[in-house]
Amino acid sequence: MLRLEPRKEPSRLMVWATPPAAVLLTLVFGMVLFAALGKDPLRTVEIIFVEPLLSPFSRAELLVKAAPLVLIGVGLSLGFRAGVWNIGAEGQFIIGAVAGGAAGLAVYDTPGLWVLPMMCAAGMLGGFAWAMIPAILRIRFNTNEILVSLMLVYVAELWLSALVGGPLRDPEGFNFPESRLFHDSATMPILIEGTRAHVGVLVALAVAGLAWLALQRHVFGFSLKVMGQAPRAARFAGFSERRAVLACMGVSGALAGLAGVFEAAGPVGQLVPGLPAGYGFTAIIVAFLGRLHPGGVVLAGGVMALTYIGGESAQLEMQLPAAAISVFQGMLLFFLLGADVFVNHRLRLRRAPATESA
Amino acid sequence: MTALLEVEGLTKRFPGVLANDAVSFAVERGQIHALLGENGAGKSTLVKMIYGSMRPDAGAMRLEGQPYAPTDPGAARRAGVGLVFQHFSLFDALTVAENVALGLPPEEAGADLAERIRKVSAAYGLPLDPERRVGELSVGARQRVEIVRCLLQRPRLLIMDEPTSVLTPQEVGQLFRTLRQLRDEGVSILYISHKLDEIRELCEAATILRHGRVTGRCDPRSESARSLAEMMIGQELAATRPLSAAPGEVRLTVRGLSLAADRPFGTALRDISFDLRAGEILGVAGVAGNGQDEFVEALSGERRAQHEAIRLDGAPIGAFGPDRRRRLGLCVAPEERLGHAAVPDMSLTENAILTARRRARLASRGGVLRLGAAARFARAVVERFDVRTAGVEHAARSLSGGNLQKFVVGREIMQNPAVLVVAQPTWGVDAGAAAAIRQALRDMAEAGAAVLAVSQDLDELMEISTRFAVMAGGRLSAPRPMAELSVEEIGRMMGGTGGEVAHAEA
Repeated sequence: MLRLEPRKEPSRLMVWATPPAAVLLTLVFGMVLFAALGKDPLRTVEIIFVEPLLSPFSRAELLVKAAPLVLIGVGLSLGFRAGVWNIGAEGQFIIGAVAGGAAGLAVYDTPGLWVLPMMCAAGMLGGFAWAMIPAILRIRFNTNEILVSLMLVYVAELWLSALVGGPLRDPEGFNFPESRLFHDSATMPILIEGTRAHVGVLVALAVAGLAWLALQRHVFGFSLKVMGQAPRAARFAGFSERRAVLACMGVSGALAGLAGVFEAAGPVGQLVPGLPAGYGFTAIIVAFLGRLHPGGVVLAGGVMALTYIGGESAQLEMQLPAAAISVFQGMLLFFLLGADVFVNHRLRLRRAPATESA
Repeated sequence: MTALLEVEGLTKRFPGVLANDAVSFAVERGQIHALLGENGAGKSTLVKMIYGSMRPDAGAMRLEGQPYAPTDPGAARRAGVGLVFQHFSLFDALTVAENVALGLPPEEAGADLAERIRKVSAAYGLPLDPERRVGELSVGARQRVEIVRCLLQRPRLLIMDEPTSVLTPQEVGQLFRTLRQLRDEGVSILYISHKLDEIRELCEAATILRHGRVTGRCDPRSESARSLAEMMIGQELAATRPLSAAPGEVRLTVRGLSLAADRPFGTALRDISFDLRAGEILGVAGVAGNGQDEFVEALSGERRAQHEAIRLDGAPIGAFGPDRRRRLGLCVAPEERLGHAAVPDMSLTENAILTARRRARLASRGGVLRLGAAARFARAVVERFDVRTAGVEHAARSLSGGNLQKFVVGREIMQNPAVLVVAQPTWGVDAGAAAAIRQALRDMAEAGAAVLAVSQDLDELMEISTRFAVMAGGRLSAPRPMAELSVEEIGRMMGGTGGEVAHAEA
C-alpha cells in the first residue's frame, strides 16, 4: 500500500522542480484531452507552445499578455505569502480600467503628457478602493476575503456594462455599449514599433523588481513572510495583522487596477463590456506557478501568456473550443498543487520500508 | 496477595536529562494511589511508560504478577490499563457516542454503544447524553466522555493525569465520588496530581517523585500538607547567593491588571498588581494553565491591557503593542520557542531580526533590513550563549530545543532591555546550559535590569529569584522576599488553599 510520509525538511529540489514538472504533466494530459477531442495532439501542442515564439508579431503579443499577468501576479503573491487571499483581482482590474478610462475620457478635448499618468493614478485608486471593501470587512467583521473579493468581481462587471451603456457611451457610437476610442495622449506609448507591446511591460518588470527588494530587504516583506509562516511569532514580533491585510489588499488591488488601465489604454483603446479577459483569475495561477517569488512570477507570466496566445491560434487553426484552453490552464494549477504535496511529503510503500520513491 | 501493578527500577533517559531514575512502587488492588510531584519531576514520563506510549530504558513492570511490557497504548488497554488524559483527545464536531466509538476496538463499538454509554454513565454518576455534540459540552462533561470511554473497556487500572486542573469544585466533588465507587468495586486508580489537599482527601497511598527519583512513600491521610510539600519540593533550599546590587528604583508597575480569557481552556487574569525594581529577579511560580501564558502575553503586548494598568518607568504602556514596548525597553522571551519566539523555517539571522530589529538596529528607520548587521548580531548570540549550530544561516527548526532556547533567551538579553520577562528560561535545556542562562539572568539583574522569570521549576526560582510570587487561577500572590521564605511557606503558597494547610499545621 502506498502512503505519504511527511518530510523532516521540505525538499529544496522539489520546490523548484515542481513547476516544470507541472508544466510537463499538463502537456501530457493536455495532449490526451486534445486527442479525445479528435485533434492531432502533437500539432496542437506545437501551435500552443512553439509557434507563438517563432514570429516577431506573436512574440510582441506575448509581452502584451504577460505584462498584466505579471503586474497582478506580483501583487497577489505578496498577499498570498501572508495568508491574505485576494481572489478578486479581476474585479479590481475592471474598476481600475473604468476609473482610469473615465478619467481619460473626462479630459478628452485637452491632450497633454499628464493625461496618461493621471489615468494610471485614477486606475490604481479605483482598484485600491475596490480591494478595500473586502479588506475592511475582514478586519472589522472578520468576513472571508476570498468570498467577498470574488463576489465583487461580478459586481464590477455589471458596473462596467452599466457605465459603457450609459454615461460613458460613445455619443457617436450608434448606441453600441462602448466608450469613445481614447485620445492619442490617453493611450499607452508603444515599446516595439509596429506591434501592440507597450511600456506597461517595463512597468511590470520594475514592479517585480521592487517587490523582490521588499521581500528580501525590507521589514514589510519580512513581516509578510513571518505572518504566513508563523502567525503567532508575527504577533509576538509586533507585526499587525490588520495592517498587513490592508497593505496586501491595497497593493494587489492598486496593481490590478493599473493593469486594467494598461489594458484599456493599450491593446483595447476604449472601454468595452468585453474588456476583462480573465487576467485577474489567471494571475492567481501565475502567482502560485511562480512560487510567490517575483522572479518566478515573471517567468510564470510568460508561460501563461504563451497558453493564451497559443490557445487563441489553436482555436482558430484546430477549431478547439475555448473551454478546452481554460481546462488546459486549470490543469496547470491542479498539477502544480498536486506536485506540491511531494515538497513536504514523500511516497512510501508500506510493506516494504526499504523502497521509496518520491 | 500480589499488588495489581508493580513497577521496579523503571529508568528513562532523554538527552541531557534523566527523566526517571530507577523508579519503583506498587499499586494495590482497589487502591487510589497518588503519584505526587512538581512539574518536571518525571510523572508524565512514568505514566507514558505504564501506558505503553514510551518504552523504559531499564526496569520492569508486572500486572497481577504477570510480566507487563506494553508496546503501544492499544496493548496497555487490552491488558486492562486505561488513561484519562489531562488534555482531552476529542473531536468537537462529533457526538459523544461517535467520540467514544473512535477510542474503542471495532468489535466493541457496536450499535448498542449509545445504550451502554447511558448505562455506564448512570451507574457511575457521570451524566452524559450520547447524542450531544462534544463541541457543546463543558470541560467537565468532556472529561466524563474520556472516563466513560475508559470504563467501557472495564479497566483494572485507571490512570488519571491531573484530572482536576480543569474542573470546578462541584465537578471535583462528583469526580471523587465516581473514583471512590470504582475503588469499592475493586478498580485500582493511579491518581497524578500536585494538589496536596486533594490527595490527602482521596488517596490511600502516595509515591512522591522529585527529579525523576522516588523521594517518599506514605499514606497521605496521615500526613500534613506541610510534610507532603517537603517531600515534593525537597528539604534543602538551594544555596542562594544574594545578588550584590540592592534593588533600585521601580521599572515596571502593574496595577489591577485584568483580562478576560480569549480562548477555550484559557485563564482570565484577575486584578494582578506588583512592582518590579531594577536589580531584582521576581520569580513567578505556579502550575501550568493558571494564567501564566496570558500573563506573559499581557506583558509582551501581544494582548493589550488597560493603558494605565501597566507602566514602564512610570509611563503607561498597557495599550501599546510588542514593538513599541520593546523600543521602550521591555523585552520578552516566551515559553513556546517554535512558532512563537522563533519562526521555524527562517534562519537564525532572520529570527534575530524578528525581535531585535529596533534595539539592535538591524533595520534602518525606513525599514530597510541590515542583513550584515543581523548576521553579526545572531553570531554574537550564538557565541555568547554557546548555541550549537552549524551556522546562523540555518533554520531555527534545525536546532535542538535546548539550543534554540539559548538562542531565544540570548537574543533578548543581548538587547540590554530595562525589563526582561522570561517564561520557562531553561525548559528542556541541559544542566550546563541552564546554569549559563541562569547566570546570565543574574548578571543582567546585577547590571541594573529588572527581571521577571515565570517558571514551573521551583528549584530554579529558588536559585535565582530575589522575590517570589505564585500564580494560581489567574491571580498573582503578593511577592515576598525569597530570603524570608521557608519551604513550608512556599508549599503553602503553592497549595493555594491556605486554610487547609493551616488546619493541618494546627
